[in-house]
Amino acid sequence: MTRSRWSLLLLALVVSCLIATAVGTIPLSLAQLLRAMTGEGDALTVHVLRSLRLPRVSLAVLVGAGLGMSGAALQGSMRNALAEPYLLGVSGGAAVGAVTAVSIGAGAPVIPLAAFLGAVVAVIVAFFVAHASGARGDPKALLMAGVVVGAFANALIMIALANAEANTVRGALWWMMGSVADATWAQNAWLAAYIAVGGGLLVFVARRIDILTLGEDAAAGLGLDVDRSARLIYLLSAFVAASTVAAAGLVGFVGLITPHIVRRLGARTHRPLLVGSAIAGAALVVMSDLVARVLRPPAELPLGAVTAVIGVPFFLAQLRRFT
Amino acid sequence: MIGFDRVTIRYPRASRLAVDDVSFTVERGRLTAVVGPNGSGKSTLVRALIGRVPLASGRITVDQEDMARAHRRRLATQVAVVSQREEALLALRVDSYVGLGRFPHLGDWGSLGARDREAVNAAMERTGVASFRERPVDTLSGGEWQRVRLARALAQGAQGLVLDEPTTFLDVGHEMAVFELLHRITASGQAVLLVSHQLNLVARFAQHIVLLHEGHVAAAGTPADVMQASILERVYEWPLVVTRDPAVGAPALLPLRQPRPPH
Repeated sequence: MTRSRWSLLLLALVVSCLIATAVGTIPLSLAQLLRAMTGEGDALTVHVLRSLRLPRVSLAVLVGAGLGMSGAALQGSMRNALAEPYLLGVSGGAAVGAVTAVSIGAGAPVIPLAAFLGAVVAVIVAFFVAHASGARGDPKALLMAGVVVGAFANALIMIALANAEANTVRGALWWMMGSVADATWAQNAWLAAYIAVGGGLLVFVARRIDILTLGEDAAAGLGLDVDRSARLIYLLSAFVAASTVAAAGLVGFVGLITPHIVRRLGARTHRPLLVGSAIAGAALVVMSDLVARVLRPPAELPLGAVTAVIGVPFFLAQLRRFT
Repeated sequence: MIGFDRVTIRYPRASRLAVDDVSFTVERGRLTAVVGPNGSGKSTLVRALIGRVPLASGRITVDQEDMARAHRRRLATQVAVVSQREEALLALRVDSYVGLGRFPHLGDWGSLGARDREAVNAAMERTGVASFRERPVDTLSGGEWQRVRLARALAQGAQGLVLDEPTTFLDVGHEMAVFELLHRITASGQAVLLVSHQLNLVARFAQHIVLLHEGHVAAAGTPADVMQASILERVYEWPLVVTRDPAVGAPALLPLRQPRPPH
């Protein structure tokens, strides 16, 4: 990828962040924005910026970055251009964990942990189903197993919600539709830590993803421990995706779209692809959240619905290319 | 250099052994070929060598070291494998793709140094792909792609080279070019193990042939030892005659038409 394209990608992220910070019920000019960032100007503007807009935009950046990286790593290691955490049951499992916690009345601090646990269970079940089908380490079998686990997760959520109270249903729906509306700095801090660790490790093992794309036998011929590397990459991708679900609920299709955009920009190997997908994913979620806020004010559309509206036609276009 | 010592392999839930008590060695400076009908266990041997299928018993050695205990990446610096299938999903440039062959030397984080670049360039020159080094691999023809894969394996800098049906889908010219290249590689002192269906070319180029049948070694030895009508007819279950290649005197196989049923 050329330097000018990297600059373009970064510029897209910076501009989308600036617009998302400035636009809202109280519109801010660039001068007001800069002044409020340093703590000057009227108290309301400073409060809106520091406690509402910035944490929200920052959370959107982190969620997008995590989903973009997770999608890029999964597409490469599974050699499937349609792989992404949302379609692989990782997100579904996380949502089951969260909804279960909400429906049994667990407190807010427990919910991200429950989401995380749900994602881990989904990954283990998907591995187990793929293994039981006799296709050891076959990425296609794992993809199928992930889709089945995702469908099963949806069924579980519906069962959990069948007799739930209205408040519980509303809470659960929030998880299933995705949102960065209630972002706090504390939430930002732990998500940043999770993504730095998981995403950092993915960037570190990126060359193994390059080798895995050649196919299992060719990768083994190059001295790669194929099963162990594929498992490591899947778990790291699940870890990163699950932490975004724990912070913002289900935001689908970001992990699918962004790696394709970055590949079009010229990224070939996975180290630049992962970094580029993090930047492009961040810009995409920031813009999607902006659309969710401004399309029908004062009501907010669910973030997951906006990304799905962008993502589904993209998915169908890709499906046509690959079939 | 590469030794298969009483190797036995069974796939899960299979009724018979995929490979049954197979022993032979691949020596340096010799082209050793494994031939046999479909399902005779040829590719299974290659997959066992790269650790993709476990051995039920026996052992595979590389320079006397048991590969079950060897470090995978170090093993890849000793033996390079061109597997039957390989995908070009990344659309890398030819030279970057050949550079992936240096993975066993570089690991996760190392970058290509002068020695690596030298190995990559030498591999591209040897296989005749240097002239299109900047083209993306997804734009190559079948023959070019096979040569680029061979270059990637040569860039590994290994003494042993294993190829699983490298000339499938290639026309006569490209196929001969690959065999001539394998001949030159062998002549330079490397050990080459070739799995192939091309009995006539194998008979002309290989010094040692192992004929597999239902997982067993049906015959092994020089082309003249193995390419006998009585042996091949039994293994391939088809009538055939063995003649002589007029140019080099190697045995040549000619499968016969079945006699027409009387009207």
